Amino acid sequence: MTSAAKHPPRGTAEREALIERLKDRAKFVRLETVRLTRIAGAGHYTGTFSAAELFAALYYAQLRYRASEPDWPDRDRFVLSKGHAAIGLYPVLADVGFFDRSLLENYTRLDSSFGDHPDMRKIPGADFSSGSLGHGLSVSVGMALGARVQGRAFRVYCMMGDGELDEGQVWEAAMSAGQFQLGSLVGIIDRNHLSIDGDTESIMRLEPLENRFESFGWRVHRIDGHDLDAILDVFDLLDADPVAPPQLVIADTVKGRGVRRMEGDTNWHVGNLQGEDYDDVIAEIEAGLQPVGAGGGDG
Amino acid sequence: MAEATREGASGQAISDTFRGSAAGSKLKDSATGRGIEARTIPAFVAGEELAELGEDDRRIVVLTADLAHANRTIDFAARHPDRFFNLGVAEQNMVSIAAGMASTGLIPYAATFAAYLALLACEQVRTDCAYTGMPVRLLAHHSGMSLGYYGTSHHALEDLAITRAIADLTVICAADANQLRAILRRSLDWPGAMYIRLGRGRDPEVYPEVPREFEIGRAIRLRDGGDLTLIATGSEVRACLDAAESLAEAGIEARVLDMHTLDPLDRDEVLAAAAETGAVLTVEEHNLTGGLGSAVAETLAEAGAGVRFRRHGVPDEHVVIGPPAALYNRYRLDAAGIEATARELIGAERQPTR
Repeated sequence: MTSAAKHPPRGTAEREALIERLKDRAKFVRLETVRLTRIAGAGHYTGTFSAAELFAALYYAQLRYRASEPDWPDRDRFVLSKGHAAIGLYPVLADVGFFDRSLLENYTRLDSSFGDHPDMRKIPGADFSSGSLGHGLSVSVGMALGARVQGRAFRVYCMMGDGELDEGQVWEAAMSAGQFQLGSLVGIIDRNHLSIDGDTESIMRLEPLENRFESFGWRVHRIDGHDLDAILDVFDLLDADPVAPPQLVIADTVKGRGVRRMEGDTNWHVGNLQGEDYDDVIAEIEAGLQPVGAGGGDG
Repeated sequence: MAEATREGASGQAISDTFRGSAAGSKLKDSATGRGIEARTIPAFVAGEELAELGEDDRRIVVLTADLAHANRTIDFAARHPDRFFNLGVAEQNMVSIAAGMASTGLIPYAATFAAYLALLACEQVRTDCAYTGMPVRLLAHHSGMSLGYYGTSHHALEDLAITRAIADLTVICAADANQLRAILRRSLDWPGAMYIRLGRGRDPEVYPEVPREFEIGRAIRLRDGGDLTLIATGSEVRACLDAAESLAEAGIEARVLDMHTLDPLDRDEVLAAAAETGAVLTVEEHNLTGGLGSAVAETLAEAGAGVRFRRHGVPDEHVVIGPPAALYNRYRLDAAGIEATARELIGAERQPTR
């Protein structure tokens, strides 16, 4: 059971070591995303970069799972409702031991288990298939109800994109999670402010997001989704009571974070780096996160 | 739909159509106008049957979308309130929730109007239930045009075409309450997702008791004959039996197949019918495109079976307004209409002057 104050407190050496580890793993997510995209010929860079710290914190600090037993019935569930960020999830699943990393070498190639969107029947550790936006929160509600019916104590984490919130089904699911008091359900919104065609607020306004979810009966936290300390803190704040209002973490992020030319640029939603650009981006990611927009950006 | 739901819950005028018949009520055979005893068959037996199965099998959960009374899933709720979930008027959410539940080891039965499972929630059925291999059982009731004058918004005359085209989805039509019980019992350990097509819960009896031999994917020969074969599914099985009886009085012996499972289709039984009776008439409460008739036609054509053949169903149009019995009569899907159609099929050769 996840419970309060699970992570080492700020200011301790243990905490600092953990943060360094998570930073490194977030870097790993970005590097692998760039590498795998080259295999595929095109990939979702920016919506994966925005979630890199969240992936790292979830899989290296928060979720309970057994890599040697992917179907462990009491594991926490992670539903990647924004399935297009799977390219960032696969390397993590391999890295924590669900499958051999070499399997990713034919990412998206004919007969690979790994497509642009995850297939739970082919990928150990993938708790549900996704790709069609708007389904994941409903699926997660079902998982949380499944835990309740069977008296299991696992928690369900569902990561959604913000553009995904345009889908009406998300709000059906949000309503039902409040109705059923699914305290074991944790929604995470990668709030990177951009969908494919541009700024979410000009295409289909989402704010005030806290109020909207609160009015559906959720407890809402809002954090900087690239601040690993903030992510761990909010995880520590989560209520462990399974019969309570569902909980939401709105993670404000920057689409394309970590690669200056991509930060806040919708043109990189899907792309493919070539030649020197590829090498430059690898070097930039290796150097770690810089302040947003540092260096001026050229994209 | 919301409006219909509220209306159905309280309105006396339509409650008979909407809520299904009570045990023992009188039904009228649309072909003959004669009264039929509904006997002890209640409106919908799925809730009751699942409640019974749920005593031993704790994996069973039941979901509905604000139709617990109409589809009698309330009978399950009464005995297993902790395993019953009403999602309100939100069918897409219901289907995806069922899939999520199934991923944790449960066997969810999700019940609502066929129109909303197969059309409104089609993509959730495909992506979340079939693609994932989740054992979700979709109880698609009030299929076809059985909601009569509710009109096209409430009809499901396309659902078989849609669900047949979805991979890893078993498609079954229940002919009556007893067969539905058999299907539900079989469904407990059937792999993957199932689309179970039901009528409006007042279906005249085909099977006097729960068939013990019932096998998913294996057609049932209800009557034998050498002049032609009537291949029926779901709501049309009873009408075909009645038509066959009338034909027999005129010396025409019809084989009647209950093709309850459309996917996987019992091709052997289709080809046997063609070879042994020389004429095949498919009968379904569905658009002529993509349903039973199409499935049988594909089988016959690919096998090179030269046979007199006709699909009988609803033409490719949105049906007129009318009570169910009147619609079956208009579209010749009652026993009299089937009998006439069968005569046309086999009579074409005997009466070239027609």
